Amino acid sequence: MENIPGTNILDEVTQGDYKFGFYTDIENDTAPRGLTEDTIRFISAKKEEPEWMLASRLKAFRHWLTLKEPEWAHVHYPAINYQNIIYYAAPKKKEYASLDEIDPELLETFNKLGISLDEQKKLTGVAVDAVIDSVSVKTTFQDTLGKHGVIFCSFSEAVRNHPELIQKYMGSVVPYTDNYFAALNSAVFSDGSFCFIPKGVRCPLELSTYFRINAANTGQFERTLIVAEDSSYVSYMEGCTAPMRDENQLHAAIVEIVAMDDAEVKYSTVQNWYPGDKNGLGGVYNFVTKRGLCKGRNSKISWTQVETGSAITWKYPSCVLMGDNSVGEFYSVAVTNHYQQADTGTKMIHIGKNTRSTIISKGISAGKSNNSYRGLVKILPAAANSRNFSQCDSLLLGDRCGAHTFPYIQARNETSIVEHEATTSKISEDQLFYCKQRGIDTEKAIGLIVNGYAKEVLNKLPMEFAVEAQKLLAITLEGSVG
Amino acid sequence: MLLNIKNLHVAINGKEIIKGLNLGVNKGEVHAIMGPNGTGKSTLAAAITGREGYEITQGEIWFKGKNIIGMPAEERANEGIFLSFQYPVEIPGVSMTNFMRTALNAQREYQGLPSVPAGEFLKLMEEKKNLVEIHAKLTNRSVNEGFSGGEKKKNEIFQMAMLQPSLAILDETDSGLDIDALKVVAKGVNELRSDDNAFIVITHYQRLLDFIVPDFVHVLFDGKIVKTGGKNLALELEEKGYEWIKEQYLATSEL
Ligand SMILES: Nc1ncnc2c1ncn2[C@@H]1O[C@H](COP(=O)(O)OP(=O)(O)O)[C@@H](O)[C@H]1O
Ligand SMILES: [Mg+2]
Repeated sequence: MENIPGTNILDEVTQGDYKFGFYTDIENDTAPRGLTEDTIRFISAKKEEPEWMLASRLKAFRHWLTLKEPEWAHVHYPAINYQNIIYYAAPKKKEYASLDEIDPELLETFNKLGISLDEQKKLTGVAVDAVIDSVSVKTTFQDTLGKHGVIFCSFSEAVRNHPELIQKYMGSVVPYTDNYFAALNSAVFSDGSFCFIPKGVRCPLELSTYFRINAANTGQFERTLIVAEDSSYVSYMEGCTAPMRDENQLHAAIVEIVAMDDAEVKYSTVQNWYPGDKNGLGGVYNFVTKRGLCKGRNSKISWTQVETGSAITWKYPSCVLMGDNSVGEFYSVAVTNHYQQADTGTKMIHIGKNTRSTIISKGISAGKSNNSYRGLVKILPAAANSRNFSQCDSLLLGDRCGAHTFPYIQARNETSIVEHEATTSKISEDQLFYCKQRGIDTEKAIGLIVNGYAKEVLNKLPMEFAVEAQKLLAITLEGSVG
Repeated sequence: MLLNIKNLHVAINGKEIIKGLNLGVNKGEVHAIMGPNGTGKSTLAAAITGREGYEITQGEIWFKGKNIIGMPAEERANEGIFLSFQYPVEIPGVSMTNFMRTALNAQREYQGLPSVPAGEFLKLMEEKKNLVEIHAKLTNRSVNEGFSGGEKKKNEIFQMAMLQPSLAILDETDSGLDIDALKVVAKGVNELRSDDNAFIVITHYQRLLDFIVPDFVHVLFDGKIVKTGGKNLALELEEKGYEWIKEQYLATSEL
């Protein structure tokens, strides 16, 4: 049966609730509003940083002052007043030797998010670093990991305890000169996670960091650095949420990954920052630079992301395939509803010989949202026999949302092969009715259809994340049809 | 009476398609509905199953003692109405197993029962697959994706067997099937057939009715049931076509 005009049930857009919109009332230590060299000195002093770290921040700040905010992304938002943001907010007490010392409110926050910081209770074998606003409050399983020589700690701790590693690797993949938001982050970054997997070690636990913006008017500028030495392996997961607020909040993070010879890093994200309400009020601006360097031969970095949150997403997890035979992968599901805007994709830079990359991007747009895929596949002259395969699919729910694909291909080696496929489809009334006729209600039907569509990507997520992501997809689109 | 349709009028986009239809179906009965293309057979099925866009302008549909007009489609399904689609759709990436489990659990939730345990569910799947002779690979694939026409129809019958409806409407399930597939479909229906449920079999051809023997045959024409008879009416229609029915109908309506 054809679509029946005037009765398009995909037409009606109502509210799907954001589950993580609560705010925790905890005592905060905050920097004064605005951004000057003094702000940076304040942050650095709070963190009791060595002189070299402060110098590096100031260098980045001075560079940032010379830059202009990028405008090429397919997103629209009012100008950000960088002087109106608080660049540092931390629960009063900074680090906790034991769980008992943590503010019960804070513990409750993580419980509500479904994140257990209690190692005794944790049976799933996931080590967690929990970052709230500008500081890491707790990293679990450090002892277990330590026995294997794995370092997993907050970035601040790493600056103090492993300065040689930080100095060697920080900025080696994403230099402060990389882009506007990277420069900003390099100047004001607060906390984040550091992982180091020594040679030959297969990390015995999944590592994961949960980021939570809590305080009002506060930007979140975290930094993650993962270093995988020769023949090591790690799977790392990142999750994030924020309270519901009417004003927009800025999140500008940097993630750097380095993989040496035969090393493999799997990086999974479920991004669920507050997306704003159904009228487009509030929500997080998510401007993130994520890049992995396959430095060694036969190294592999794969990015898997499920993007359901944020008012605006500007994010291109990328791989620089330097080592011969290295492999880069990007699997993405990006969902936008209501007035959300996402401009996301990846860059695969082939430098070494026989390098391979795979890009699978699944965009899902509902409501009045805009969802763009932007990807660059660049094959340098030395990258003989390199290969890329890209597949970019868009799924539309209703007819007031947009899906756009911007694939850029620069192939400068004749022996390389680059393939690109793209499709756009809609959830049809027929599919919905078919499900309903089998007793499945509209919301469940959409969840089912969307999860089916995104299956290829969801399958790449670690088990415990995949289940969460499936639920999240369904929740995000809850109420996206009448 | 399981299903009782009284003076039903259905319009699509303001155009009346069903124009005062009456039909009563008791438990244990099989009703065949025949009629030329475009007379409103699928529209009737859509109205009974609650598809949106099919406006009930007049009349009542009673099912198990409830007037179901205005009841959402999924609720009608969970009340026990099943439609074997004339054109089953594909749902990429959703495995038949997942789809069926979701459907069965929705039904159980509606009935206030707990979800079906995984082991029990898989056993049921195996049993019903055999019943309709669906090849094992079918259940591991995505819903209807890459299925042949015949496989899609068998899949409908498989789903019917899984969900055990009290009223199953088969909308041209026989169209485009070869004789072997037809027998499989008929076997599926006959095995399910009991004193507790009923079938409405929409078909063009008498052929299917050799295997699924109806208690009543109705001829639908111009949005109304214009003639009702026993199984011999189907034979007569096969032989003489619909012209004589049309003529009879037009002659009486001119009076
Ligand atoms: N979705 C629709 N939009 C507009 N007209 C429709 C639609 N579906 C059916 N019709 C019209 O309703 C009439 C009956 O169609 P249908 O119920 O499919 O007939 P049958 O199943 O008996 O072949 C036809 O004239 C057809 O064109
Ligand atoms: Mg029809």
